[in-house]
Amino acid sequence: MAVIKSGIRKFGHPGKGVRGARYEGKGRQVEPEALREIQTLLGDRPRRRDLLIEHLHIIQDNAGHLSARHLVALAQEMKLSLAEVYEVATFYAHFDVTADGDAPPAPLTIRVCDSLSCEMLGSDALYEGLKGRLDSSQVRLVRAPCMGRCESAPVAEVGHHHVVNATADNVMDAVNKGQTHPEIPSYVSFDEYIKNGGYRILKACINGDTDIEDIISALEASELRGLGGAGFPTGRKWRFVLAEPEPRLLAVNADEGEPGTFKDRYYMERDPHRFLEGMLIAARAVAAEECFIYLRDEYPGLHQVLAEEIAKLSAAGLDAGTKITLRRGAGAYICGEESAMLESIEGKRGEPRHKPPFPSQVGLFGRPTLINNVETLYWVRDIIERGPAWFADEGRNGGKGLRSFSVSGRVRDPGVKLAPAGITVNELIQEYCGGMAEGHEFKGYLPGGASGGILPASKGDIPLDFGTLESEGCLIGSAAVIVLSDQDNMRAAALNLMRFFEYESCGQCTPCRAGTEKAVKLMSAPVWDQPLLRELSKTMMDASICGLGQAAPNPLLTVLKHFPEDLTEETR
Amino acid sequence: MSAKTSFTLDGQTLEAAEGETIWQCAERAGIDIPHLCYSKAPDYRADGNCRVCMVEVEGERVLAASCIRKPTEGMVVHSSNERAATARKMVMELLVADQPPRESSHDPNSELWHWAEQMGQTASRFPARRTPAADVSHTAMSVNLDACIHCTRCVRACREVQVNDVIGMAGRGAGNKIVFDFDDAMGSSSCVACGECVQACPTGALMPARGVGKVIPDKKVESVCPYCGVGCQLTFNVKDNKILSVEGRDGPSNSERLCVKGRFGFDYVNHDHRLTKPLIRRSDAPAKSANIDIDPANPYTHFRDATWEEALEIAAQGLTRIRDASGGKALAGFGSAKGSNEEAYLFQKLVRSGFGSNNVDHCTRLCHASSVAALLETIGSGAVTASFNEARHSDVIIVIGAHPTSNHPVAATFLKNAAQRGAKLVVIDPRGSTLARHASHFLQFKPGRDVALLNALMHVIVAEELYDQQYVLAHTEGFEQLRDHLKQFSPEKMAPICGIEPDVLREVARLYAGAKAAIIFWGMGISQHIHGTDNARCLISLALMSGQVGRPGTGLHPLRGQNNVQGASDAGLVPMFYPDYQPVTDTAIQNRFEALWGASLDPERGLTVVEIMDAAHAGDIRGMYIMGENPAMSDPNTHHVREAFARLDHLVVQEIFLTETAFFADVILPATAWPEKDGTVTNTNRQIQMGRKAVDAPDGVMPDWWIIAELAKRIGLDWNYAHPSDVFAEMKQCMASLNNISWPRLERESVVTYPCDGEDLPGNDVIFGNGFPTPSKRGKFVPASIIEPDEMPDAEYPMVLSTGRQLEHWHTGAMTRRSETLDNLEPEAVASLAPLEMERLGIRPGDQIEVATRRGRISLKARADTGIPKGVVFVPFCYAEAAANMLTNPALDPIGKIPEFKFCAAKVEKAAPPAAAE
Repeated sequence: MAVIKSGIRKFGHPGKGVRGARYEGKGRQVEPEALREIQTLLGDRPRRRDLLIEHLHIIQDNAGHLSARHLVALAQEMKLSLAEVYEVATFYAHFDVTADGDAPPAPLTIRVCDSLSCEMLGSDALYEGLKGRLDSSQVRLVRAPCMGRCESAPVAEVGHHHVVNATADNVMDAVNKGQTHPEIPSYVSFDEYIKNGGYRILKACINGDTDIEDIISALEASELRGLGGAGFPTGRKWRFVLAEPEPRLLAVNADEGEPGTFKDRYYMERDPHRFLEGMLIAARAVAAEECFIYLRDEYPGLHQVLAEEIAKLSAAGLDAGTKITLRRGAGAYICGEESAMLESIEGKRGEPRHKPPFPSQVGLFGRPTLINNVETLYWVRDIIERGPAWFADEGRNGGKGLRSFSVSGRVRDPGVKLAPAGITVNELIQEYCGGMAEGHEFKGYLPGGASGGILPASKGDIPLDFGTLESEGCLIGSAAVIVLSDQDNMRAAALNLMRFFEYESCGQCTPCRAGTEKAVKLMSAPVWDQPLLRELSKTMMDASICGLGQAAPNPLLTVLKHFPEDLTEETR
Repeated sequence: MSAKTSFTLDGQTLEAAEGETIWQCAERAGIDIPHLCYSKAPDYRADGNCRVCMVEVEGERVLAASCIRKPTEGMVVHSSNERAATARKMVMELLVADQPPRESSHDPNSELWHWAEQMGQTASRFPARRTPAADVSHTAMSVNLDACIHCTRCVRACREVQVNDVIGMAGRGAGNKIVFDFDDAMGSSSCVACGECVQACPTGALMPARGVGKVIPDKKVESVCPYCGVGCQLTFNVKDNKILSVEGRDGPSNSERLCVKGRFGFDYVNHDHRLTKPLIRRSDAPAKSANIDIDPANPYTHFRDATWEEALEIAAQGLTRIRDASGGKALAGFGSAKGSNEEAYLFQKLVRSGFGSNNVDHCTRLCHASSVAALLETIGSGAVTASFNEARHSDVIIVIGAHPTSNHPVAATFLKNAAQRGAKLVVIDPRGSTLARHASHFLQFKPGRDVALLNALMHVIVAEELYDQQYVLAHTEGFEQLRDHLKQFSPEKMAPICGIEPDVLREVARLYAGAKAAIIFWGMGISQHIHGTDNARCLISLALMSGQVGRPGTGLHPLRGQNNVQGASDAGLVPMFYPDYQPVTDTAIQNRFEALWGASLDPERGLTVVEIMDAAHAGDIRGMYIMGENPAMSDPNTHHVREAFARLDHLVVQEIFLTETAFFADVILPATAWPEKDGTVTNTNRQIQMGRKAVDAPDGVMPDWWIIAELAKRIGLDWNYAHPSDVFAEMKQCMASLNNISWPRLERESVVTYPCDGEDLPGNDVIFGNGFPTPSKRGKFVPASIIEPDEMPDAEYPMVLSTGRQLEHWHTGAMTRRSETLDNLEPEAVASLAPLEMERLGIRPGDQIEVATRRGRISLKARADTGIPKGVVFVPFCYAEAAANMLTNPALDPIGKIPEFKFCAAKVEKAAPPAAAE
């Protein structure tokens, strides 16, 4: 016992007291100043959990990164745990989470697309060329996956400004001129759309002049199928959702991320209201209380367009009680998987859900949810207006309807090609794309983006449609056709695609998380261990939770099958 | 009745109950499907991520995870065909690729290696990933992410089971990583060290620190945790007569969950301070004084060793001498809420029949005496009306004046589970806690203004006619009187008093009264006031008028503090009641006990804890027998208490350590620690549970029941017990609450809830569905008026001192401060203050400060705590070097006789720098 000043007896105690006591509560504490900053930034926005990603965007946009002090404050403000905030923030590529003491990233970020079409058209050289010319204290240069502008590859994003057909010169030009804001496309305005008969069908639905049953029947008769990649008959999907109890929701998948795909952007950039009308008709058809549009963050200009146009149609009363919410992705391909998208809309990590139950039964916020792709909804007005036969009568080689092919790679005239379902790639290249690019000989093609596998030119006469490619180990998916030539190496292409899947795997299940990682390692070896890669592929396809892991081996397996000559050591 | 689903698995036709998965059906059918991310432990959601349980469902394109997939009618499933087996083996090969070699792994006996071996896949052809570094920052657990398989069991453990919300899965893809908070070191994260993640981890990535998880125990002993009133069942893993580690067992109150104390706080048993020989105060010891301080490692400055025979003889002689000279009322005994039911029973029997007075009490007086008084007065029973697990059926849960996340951590997990499920959690407390984050409403009201707040809630319920008319009519009395009384307590009038806006009061009142099932939990924030009984009366009235008692999900639940405070009270360790709350003042009852015990008994109530200490101070009580309690730390105005002890002629202390109370002993009898003995305990849920001896006591130490009995014999009682089961059998003769609950049954089932209606029936979780055990069978409304706290802040002492506990330390710290892990986590005395208050006082976090009241002054470290309101200082009472109870006010609640630990006037100053000469 010691007697210290002011007469306090300091008694002995049984503890060893090896350590000193904490000065504050356990774990990170909120900095009052950071809390004030976050409160100011969020203003009177609701603090609901599903808005976490939206709020992270606000902080990222404002501060240029997500600092630990801001994230602690955000957690407190939203009544979330630190882990809940951190695990979401670190899932998405567009959030820069900085640890204590880390320097924030440079004020400007340039992202160079390294997906297949861009890589084929020189994104590597572009990246290397830029590296030497940038002041790293002012500009951060990173590689990024597909930006959905493959028809103008290579692509770089300066801030939020996309430079197409990018060269080191035109990118530097944008940097020097401070062109960092998203480009706003010119599109059919609200007034113009109305003038040309737009929203008449929607109004008829609202007024009860048109029977929802007629609309669904027309969709069924048109044979319209889900154009996001799954190809599920649209009319039947609406009926499934309608059979579930209210309240129901609608979610629009505008997270077009499949490398090589850019058709949804194409349509939204040109005629956004045609899509929005389709969406609102769908919402009425299934009596959805609210529509969520999940738009990929790679389309910042479109975000602005949609926000403005939605406000206009709401002001005109066309939403008629259906709430429309525009949500921003944050750089995660997996969120194009419908259930991962639902998770992301709920403000969580984009990890796909197990099925069953299907989203039509248990979807967004646990409610029956209709999920449609942008393009699927885009055709609704035309099908009703022109009659289902207009759509159904199209098609070639047994296909029915129209498909919007996003064509990129070694063709003379890449772009979105609205062509009959069932067209072959040879026909597509010759009739729609002006043939192969100068000096390139057709060697092979991806019929359906990164997941769809790779076919050789010798298989160029297979009809391209849902169900026609499966026997070849391929898929049409979102109809992203990437054309490769004699100047492209299929081993490199397969590795590019596997790297993409490794980077974009959510990591939830072992076959996909470890499988893509191991596959990349094996495919980076001088000689591929083909038997092991085949075994691995089988399990990835059989045992992964979602389509990403199930389809990730497609390019690998098809290259093994069709391009053995590219796998010899000399051709590396 | 839910329909059965019939399906085929590997050619067998199986029936699945609703909700059952393929994996569960397979297990029932004796088909062993590997599993890693799926845990069979209660409340673990299947996640289906690891994919080692894949099966083939005919007609489906891809395989299905059997742990999460539910069969449908007619489904044909193959668990062992080549496709499924190949996929499972490949998944295992992928996982094994990234594991450290089994020989040098963190847990060679992990589930992962078990299944790898079963599948013949302990090697891998794949290249490994980069190895993450180990994190050994935590004193109790090590994090070895090189063994992590990303199965997220730990995430579910932390977020969905215990809801401590520390662990997350950050990053994406192969870069996924288990993180604590913001990828912080575990030791500096917000981790509360419940260890649930360690228990859940199937690979050894999360392990107890210092490699104890790798040691194979000699035996596993099923017992119950000795810390708080939750009464978690646990398994002691014993090696070489030492507790190696502890696992949660599936008890009704804990479902395999534990907290930091119950999982990591047992090394106190082996502490070198353990008393192993009886001690007798040396004749040449310095005179006793309040300021006595003895080094527990060296009692020989004041004591000498003695044989048991000598020690018991001297202990008994001292007591009998006083009894014979001054009468039984000059003696008193404090029993223990930390001992068993049998020990509590024997202790009160010894005092009553051996000392000849009812001067027997224990620390229930300091925790829930007022709650029990109010409950007995209004509904005729002092125990909870429903278990805390009933919260799973509640849609509204009120937690008032309680910090279960610190004091009943495992109970708190069930409340957080309920909130996650969607129940509305209303937290009412002047002091914030981590529970508040889960609350739909957090009412941070002014300290000591409970009655104002609660009367305002009731005012709304009555004024808006939200009360349950039928229930009030059928089951209550005194409603009209209360209704008139409540008129003066409108939310508008009460808002300035309690500090909560009228609209919020209205909202909460409507929420509670309108709930389908609402339950109220309270702690010592309610009871430890001079108006503690009034506070509890208000809560009871609130529940009665709303009809929120007696149905599933409803009830009144004072969260009992000590592991056996319910049982000790039931066993009669209180001055006014024999066992089962039979009044000592009732002659017929007295006669019955005299017959049973063969002794003449005192018809007058005895003194309570604080009254006994006052009587000792005054010289009216001359001798005491204290077993397993530490009033020199736990009682209010400790200096006064210590003075009283110094004045006693004779003090016998039965203890495991030389506590601050034992400093004053004339004889110290070294007793067994909880894991060293058999006995039953009763938790806050009225669940009687079997504690089993796990380790042998140190040589020279004797079981408590034996010590009490030996002392009894030496003060003239004819006792003859061979084992605690004999005591239990005797208790059954005078305690109807033990009907249908026998020792053999408890041995067999480990737990039975009382009251229990049949030998083969479970006990009743929810009671009073049809009236109350009062003379009228009705619950009584007792109106309460606003009483100010006894000592209001003033110019000299402008702040409010509130005391309580910390998560890591139990009661006065005698056990927990001797646990290395707990001591490392909370090593020294701290006073918590609001950051703004500290700014005002010119104090920085970590500064040495002094807290003073009219009764004393202590010096300790300042801790910034955003949960503390301005004007309040909170000091935990477990630190001997800065004993909070030196400061507390002994003013008593007139009915419960509980002191006002939660409120007294205080001042806080920055400590003067220590003098250079020291």
